Amino acid sequence: MNRAVQATTSNERWASITRAVVVSVITVAALWLGLQFLSQDTVLEGLPPNASKLVQALIAIVLGVAGIWALFYAGNTMLESFPAKVRDALRPYLFVLPAVAVVGLYLIYPTVGTIVTSVTDVPEGESFFYNYADAFTDPEVLLNLRNNTIWLLIAPAASVFIGLGFAALVDRIRLESLAKSFVFMPLAISFVGAAVIWQFVYAWKPPGQPQIGTLNAFWVGAGEILVGMGILTEIEPIPWLQVIPVNTLALIAIMVWLQVGFAMVVLSAAIKGVPTEMTEAARIDGASERQIFFKITIPSIRGALLVVYTTIAIAVLKVFDLIYVTTGGNLDTSVVAVRMYQEMFRFRNFGAATTMAVILLVAVIPIMIINIRSLRRQGIGA
Amino acid sequence: MTVVTEKVSTLEPTPKTKQMRRRRDGTEKAGWLVRIAVLIIVLMWTLPTLGLLVNSFRPSVDSSSTGWWTSLLDPFSTDWTLSNYVNVLTSGGMFDALINSLIVAIPATVIPITLAAFAAFGFAWLRFRGRGLLFGVLVGLLVVPLQLSLVPLLQIYQGTGLTGSFVGIWLAHTGFGLPLAVFLLYGFISQLPQDIFESAYIDGASPYTAFTKLVLPLSIPALASFAIFQFLWVWNDFLVALVFLGTSSEVAVLPIELASIVGSRGEAYHLLTAAAFVSMVIPLIVFLALQRYFVRGLLSGSVKG
Repeated sequence: MNRAVQATTSNERWASITRAVVVSVITVAALWLGLQFLSQDTVLEGLPPNASKLVQALIAIVLGVAGIWALFYAGNTMLESFPAKVRDALRPYLFVLPAVAVVGLYLIYPTVGTIVTSVTDVPEGESFFYNYADAFTDPEVLLNLRNNTIWLLIAPAASVFIGLGFAALVDRIRLESLAKSFVFMPLAISFVGAAVIWQFVYAWKPPGQPQIGTLNAFWVGAGEILVGMGILTEIEPIPWLQVIPVNTLALIAIMVWLQVGFAMVVLSAAIKGVPTEMTEAARIDGASERQIFFKITIPSIRGALLVVYTTIAIAVLKVFDLIYVTTGGNLDTSVVAVRMYQEMFRFRNFGAATTMAVILLVAVIPIMIINIRSLRRQGIGA
Repeated sequence: MTVVTEKVSTLEPTPKTKQMRRRRDGTEKAGWLVRIAVLIIVLMWTLPTLGLLVNSFRPSVDSSSTGWWTSLLDPFSTDWTLSNYVNVLTSGGMFDALINSLIVAIPATVIPITLAAFAAFGFAWLRFRGRGLLFGVLVGLLVVPLQLSLVPLLQIYQGTGLTGSFVGIWLAHTGFGLPLAVFLLYGFISQLPQDIFESAYIDGASPYTAFTKLVLPLSIPALASFAIFQFLWVWNDFLVALVFLGTSSEVAVLPIELASIVGSRGEAYHLLTAAAFVSMVIPLIVFLALQRYFVRGLLSGSVKG
């Protein structure tokens, strides 16, 4: 079947080499020219500003999208011009290496670099652990660590609890998919967008004025009823994002609001995957719905629960935008990621910033081990 | 405890088919308690966004003095207005930010998918040295917080002038998105039947042709799932854009612009709400239109992992 290939004449070989060179040169030249063009603002000066912006956008998008394909095509043309043996040996790397190289540059090298910087970027004559010693004795960093711990204790558990409860309840309702869509929708919203949305939930007006925040309207409204009944003597609106122990909880609530949809979808699918024979048999044996849920459903979806919990836990550890945009980390709400950003840009202290990052890395290592283990069990990559 | 506690009579005759049972589950067992619990959660998850939407159509006098619900309760005496949207799109940087977000998000979605599809095919169907190790490293990187990358990358970017350039942020999002992309696509591509490759190779196709003509078309559902993930992620990203692209109006993306409005005009509720909605409208459309693919990706990415 390979006779045709073996019979390649030197003429054909030369033709394929020429083609490879031409294709590669054209691709690289086109990309280079495009990038040059993109970085010059003057080229489109004749157009009205909005139109020039749109043209620039179009060029950028075409360049980014077509460029990557052109590079692979050029790579393959090049590969095809090599002798069969070399070609077959190199081919897997044409497929895999570009991705590996980008990951190496953007994740592996910087991770190593971050760890190295955290121990080497220290004042003259100090030991390798200076940054760590400094961090763990700084009351502010300890406060950040405490806040991260609070987030980690509450947010993933609350998201899983509500997501699981909702998934179990909605399973019995006729408008199931509609109800799920509503709870699911926040997944499409950015942290910054969510921060703005919740400003109008947490908005505060002085007592006596009409409350414009949803939560304070409920709070004051319900409180006034209780005051009317003589249970409370007075009710005051609460500035949820300003009062110190409450503000962290108020921020965590936003995170939970964003994450429950994810937990709900995965757990709902897992619940539907529990064999009906099992629940049915239990039901015939006289088990109550509650027993079925706790003794059969929950143990059957343990894997999904673990995945959801760890995924949300990682997201919670990294939380940055939400706090940075709402309180800026003031009023005792800061966490490690916010602290890291401030060290990086406000203080230009890369040693301290990388130390914060390494603390985050140490926190996710157990999860990383769980992931790789479960992968080994499935036999992938072995 | 929010879990249902009502008992089901065990004397009920066992239903004949699954469908019948499901139907009856749906109607009979959902007591009013369950319905109320579901309704409360649905309200809690929609009211915040609804409030923002309503406020964005109210004049500034109203949104800063009365709650959004007053307009809903009395819709005919409210001066509904589009001026907030006109305002943010014409005078602020929101329009530019919208275009910048498109410039960033579309290539930052296509580039990693392309790289990941090639790599997933390589890992799944080609044999080479170091395959297991490389794939293991990729999976390990799935959970590494991107904070670990910031400082060294920033130093490279400042050295090479990539900061504040679209190419720089495309590559950054590509790097950060690739582990998940390769992982998801590998899960799909490795399950394709082996026969199709064998017959293609017998017909003289090269692996490259097999990949572009067979694997890609067959993987469209998986590609779509990841595309939605990555698009939403990039569109909503704040940190990567803040560090590598910056806040200057020529390149600022929507979350950056929105955050700067929060910082500078946080009390201008009418503008803030409209701006927030401008930033949310495209991801919401993508999300609602392609929810099926999104859920599929979510399930294959998480339940397997």
